[in-house]
Amino acid sequence: MKLTRIALATALAVGLATPAMAELVFPSLSYRTGPYAPNGIPFADGYSDYFTLINERDGGIEGVKIDNPECETGYNTTKGVECYESTKGLGSLVYQPLSTGITYQLIPKATADKVPIHSMGYGRTSAANGKVFEYIFNYPGTYWDAASIIVKYIMSEEGGDISGKKLALVYHNSAYGKEPIRTLEKLSEKHGFSLTLLPVDHPGQEQKATWLQVRRDRPDYVIMWGWGVMNQVAIKEAASIRFPMDHFIGVWWSASENDVLPAGDGADGYKAITFHGVGDDFPIYADLKKHVYDTGKAAGDGTNAGTVLYNRGMVAAMWAVEAARTAMTIHDTKDITPAMMRDGMEALNVDEARLEELGLPGFTVPVKVSCANHGGPGLGAIQQWDAKAKKWSLITDYIPADREVVDPLIEEDSAAYAKEANITPRTCE
Amino acid sequence: MAFFDVFFWEVVVSGLLAGVMYSLVALGFVLIFKASGIFNFAQGVLALFAALTLVGFQTGQVPFSHLINAVLGTNIQHWGEGTHTFLAIVLTLLVMIGLAWLIVRLALSKLVNQEGIILFMATIGLAYVLEGLGDIMWGADVKTLDVGLPTGPSDTIIDATGMFVEKLEIAAAIVAVLLVVSLTIFSQYTKMGRALRAVADDHQAALSVGISLETIWWVVWSVAGIVALVAGVMWGAKSGVQFSLSLIALKALPVLMLGGFTSIPGAIIGGLIIGVGEKLFEIYLGPMLGGATENWFAYMLALVFLLFRPQGLFGERIIERV
Repeated sequence: MKLTRIALATALAVGLATPAMAELVFPSLSYRTGPYAPNGIPFADGYSDYFTLINERDGGIEGVKIDNPECETGYNTTKGVECYESTKGLGSLVYQPLSTGITYQLIPKATADKVPIHSMGYGRTSAANGKVFEYIFNYPGTYWDAASIIVKYIMSEEGGDISGKKLALVYHNSAYGKEPIRTLEKLSEKHGFSLTLLPVDHPGQEQKATWLQVRRDRPDYVIMWGWGVMNQVAIKEAASIRFPMDHFIGVWWSASENDVLPAGDGADGYKAITFHGVGDDFPIYADLKKHVYDTGKAAGDGTNAGTVLYNRGMVAAMWAVEAARTAMTIHDTKDITPAMMRDGMEALNVDEARLEELGLPGFTVPVKVSCANHGGPGLGAIQQWDAKAKKWSLITDYIPADREVVDPLIEEDSAAYAKEANITPRTCE
Repeated sequence: MAFFDVFFWEVVVSGLLAGVMYSLVALGFVLIFKASGIFNFAQGVLALFAALTLVGFQTGQVPFSHLINAVLGTNIQHWGEGTHTFLAIVLTLLVMIGLAWLIVRLALSKLVNQEGIILFMATIGLAYVLEGLGDIMWGADVKTLDVGLPTGPSDTIIDATGMFVEKLEIAAAIVAVLLVVSLTIFSQYTKMGRALRAVADDHQAALSVGISLETIWWVVWSVAGIVALVAGVMWGAKSGVQFSLSLIALKALPVLMLGGFTSIPGAIIGGLIIGVGEKLFEIYLGPMLGGATENWFAYMLALVFLLFRPQGLFGERIIERV
C-alpha cells in the first residue's frame, strides 16, 4: 500500500514536472451574443473551423496542435480588453479583435506586451507603418486603401472624371466609421468631387433623417461605412427612397449576406468592396466537409459556410497559420513565442501558388508583408449583390489603392502617433 | 426659408410616422407601469423575443435546434415548410401569453409588496434571461420577417404630393390607432379592464374585494406581450429580426419621459413629438453640430419637458404625503 502511494506520488510529480505538450494558442475575441452577433458568429466560425481543419487534417502546424480559446466580447471595447488580459497569459500568439474600438485600446498594451495584433482590414489605418507599429498588422488592406479603391472604381464608372460629382459618406458614428473621412477629404481635393458626411449613431436602427438628407441632396454615389443593423437599415432605406443601388457602395464590413437579405429585392445591385472570394466553390471546402463538418467538429451549425464573413474568418486564420509556419522556419523551432510570431507575420508571403496549395486558388489577394509595410498589398475588388440568385459576384479584378494619397497620410498619422507615444521609429532594411 | 417646401413637410410626416414606431414600443411600458407600477426594463427584449418566435414559426425552425444538435449530435434545423403567417401569429400570441404566466409565476409573484426598484431590477434580470433564451431557441442570425405588410414608398402619395412616405410606416400608424382603440375599449368597457384599473388605483383595495393580483399581472403582461409582438413585427419588418431589436427600448424612454409613464395617449403624443422634433433638429440644425443628433436630442427634448412637467405631459402627478 505504501509502495503504491509512493509510486502514485512519483508519477504525479513526474507528470507535473514534465512540460505540457506545446500548443499554439490563437485566441478568438468573438461576439456570438448582442446586437452585432449576426456578424460575429460567421467570422468566429470560419476562424475556428480553419484551425480545426489544420488540426484534424494535418495534425496541427508542422505537427503542433492549435488551441483556439474563445472569449466573448459582445463587440464591447471594455470586454475586449478584459478578454485580452485574461488570455494573454496562455501564450497567445496573435489577436484578431474584430473591432476597431478594441484594436485602438490594445495597440499600446499589445506593443508593450510584445504580442502581435492582426486587425485585418480594420483598426488604426496608420498601423500599416511597421516602423512605428512593430506589433500591429492590418494586411491585406486598410480603410484608407478601401476608400481610395472605391473612389477609383467610381471614377472608372464615370469615365475617369468625377469632378463636380457629389459623393456622400454614410458612416457608423464611431472610431471605425470615422476612419475613411480624412482620405475621402483628400481624394475630394484631388479629384474635385464634393463630399457630404452623414453620421449614424449606434446601433443605427433608425436612419430616417439620414436618408431624407440623401433624398434632398441627391448625391451621385453613396459610400457606406457601417456595421451590424446599420447596414440592413441603410440598404432598406436606400431602396425605399429609390436610390440607385448600383451607386451605393459599402466597405468590406458592409458587404455580407446579412446586410442585404432583409431588404429583399430592394437590395439588388448593391455593391461593396472585398478582399477575398465569395461562395464555397474552392477545393478547401471538400476538406472542411470531410474533416470538420461531417465529423461534427464545426464551430457552428454549418449554415454559415461559404458566406462572406465565414470566408473572411477563414482567410484570417489561414494567414495566422501561414505566419506561424513562417515563424517556425525563421527561428528553427516549433515552440514559437508571440515575438517570434511577429517575425513570422512580418515575413509572411502567401502568393498565388501557395494559395493553390492550400486549396484556396484565387481566394484572396497575394500578400507579402515586410518590416515597413504591415498593411499588405492594399488591393480590393468590387462585389455586387444579385437579389434573385441571393448571391454576391465579383464584378471587377482587384484594384490597387491610390498610394499617392494613402501613403503620405499613413506616414503623417503614424509620425503623429510615434510622437504622442514617444516611439522612435525603427529602421527597416 | 425652406420651412414650408415639400421637403419640410416630408420631414414632418416622416418624423410623425417614426414617432408612431417609437410609441408602439412605449405602449408596452405604459401598460405594465400603469397596472403594476413596474418599470419593465425587458419590454424591448419582449419585442425581440416575440418577433424571433414569429419568424421561427413562420419558417418552421425547430426551437433549441442548436442545443439539440450539440447534445444529440443530430442535424435538425427545420420541421417542415413552416406555418402560415396567420397561424404563426396565433401561435406566437399563445407563446407570449404563456411567457407572461411564467414571468408572473416564477418571478413577480415572489416579489409582491416589494419596493418598485426591486421589481425594476427583476425586469433587468428578466431582460438578460429572455435575450439568452431567444438566442438559444432561435439562433442569433439576422432573420427576414415578411407578414405581408406593404413596403417601399407609396406611389399615390408621391404622385399627389411629391413626398416619399414609407407604406410600412403608414401601416404602423394604422395598427397603432387600432391598438389604442382596442386597449381603450378593453380598459374602459370590460370587466377585466375595470379590474385592471382598480388594481392600478389601489392594490390593497382591489385585493380586499377579491381581485387576484397574480391574475391581473398575468393579463397585463400578456397584453404587454401582444403589444411587444406588434412592435417587434413593425421594427423587424424594417430592419430584419436581430438582437439589436431589443435596443428599440432606448427610443421609447424619451417618449415615456415626455408623455408620462401612465398614459396611453401620452405614449402616442410623446412619440409624435419626439419623432418630429428629432428629425427636424437633425436635418436643419444637426449639420452645424456634426450630425448624428437624433439619439441625444430625443432625451434632451424630454428633459426640457420634465423641467416644466415632471410627471410628463399626461402622466399622473405623484404626491407622497409623509
